[in-house]
Amino acid sequence: MSFRKILKKFNVAGQCQSYGLSLWQCPQFLFLIMGLIIIASTLSAYAIGTKYLGDPFLAALVTIAVTFALFVIAFVIVQSFDKLAEVSRTKSEFISIISHQLRSPLSNLKWAVEILMSGRLGQLADKQTEYFKILKENSSRMHELINDLLTVSRIETAKIPFKKEEFSLREMIESLVSEFRSFAESSNVQIKVLMDDAENPFRIFNDPRQLRQVIENLLDNAVRYIKDKGEVILEIKNYKNRLCLKIIDNGVGIPKADRKYIFQKFFRSESALRHQTEGSGLGLYIAKAIIERLGGKIKFSSQEGRGSTFWITIPMKS
Amino acid sequence: MKQILIIEDESALQKSLGEVLSQEGYNVAAALDGEIGLRLAQNEKPDLILLDLILPKLNGLEVLKKLKEDKTTKEIPVLVLTNLEGLAEIDKVLELGAVSYLVKAQYKLEEVVEKIKNTIDK
Repeated sequence: MSFRKILKKFNVAGQCQSYGLSLWQCPQFLFLIMGLIIIASTLSAYAIGTKYLGDPFLAALVTIAVTFALFVIAFVIVQSFDKLAEVSRTKSEFISIISHQLRSPLSNLKWAVEILMSGRLGQLADKQTEYFKILKENSSRMHELINDLLTVSRIETAKIPFKKEEFSLREMIESLVSEFRSFAESSNVQIKVLMDDAENPFRIFNDPRQLRQVIENLLDNAVRYIKDKGEVILEIKNYKNRLCLKIIDNGVGIPKADRKYIFQKFFRSESALRHQTEGSGLGLYIAKAIIERLGGKIKFSSQEGRGSTFWITIPMKS
Repeated sequence: MKQILIIEDESALQKSLGEVLSQEGYNVAAALDGEIGLRLAQNEKPDLILLDLILPKLNGLEVLKKLKEDKTTKEIPVLVLTNLEGLAEIDKVLELGAVSYLVKAQYKLEEVVEKIKNTIDK
């Protein structure tokens, strides 16, 4: 291994970044720290040994042997961490490539179905429209799933694009609610927004795209898991220069046993499965990862059969 | 009749976009790779170009760069239509002078047609 390669190997920050890990979770950095500790303890062991043992040669030999053994153990442990990190990174990259490849044929399918349904190529019979609707709905479900998988792979490889700017939260909420209106109405759900009137236009400085995705995920869950008929309340406040946003629903709620798992990837609560077959189990995982990246927190409380409240707090200016 | 050039390697997408744009009264020309697309743009001088980014032979960014360097084509509005959505690509495309950046997966066909009409009829 050339000196340049060795140096490259020690490009700790770069390597850790490519794994999407913080320094204290990164194998290379841990190895470096372990190496430094071993060197320090070896030197002190030698110093103590020569002072208190009669034969300095024996002390040096024992110290070298122990050091070598520690180095080998440390190296093996770190190598295995390294392999695990590499496997995880490859998996995320694989998901990303596959998702990109899937998007093109799906876009083709979506637009072709749209042309057929638009009546531009001739009117359709009711039965035909019904089946084209099934095609359309399922292709958009696949789109959503692919988008979620792409977001997950970006989160895991630390490549999620963040761009902070000033924007009006009021405008964002209004457009989101109007986007959800028909879905909510078809599920017999009313969406109510409670926003402090003094905060107009409620300007904040953060990433509007990412924040919108989080609110979208939470709102979608809230509406989706209401049985028969209900109400979703969005309560938005400026609390000590932090944006505090609550989404309250009176839906099926989350069973006690499932609560510790709900932010895990692909986890779907039993009550959710009973109530809804659709869904990937990625929405809350994505929401939590994004909110933490935006410098905020996400929490919830829930009562089975009575509903759930999710709240997020993020800095108004970060 | 105004002309639109579609530079897109997905023939299915070319077909559906072309169909709707022809119905809307535009003359549609199409290219499946960057090199042919650039040549067509230089020869035909269309009123608008729809450009994909991932293209064989010459990628979309290179095509855009060459279009904007050429005196005869630099005024033609270019709408980038792609499935890439990295911030770096968006910034690069807008910096090179494209009118707008549309992610295919996020738009309905009719919305794309509306954007095209708004740009070309300005």
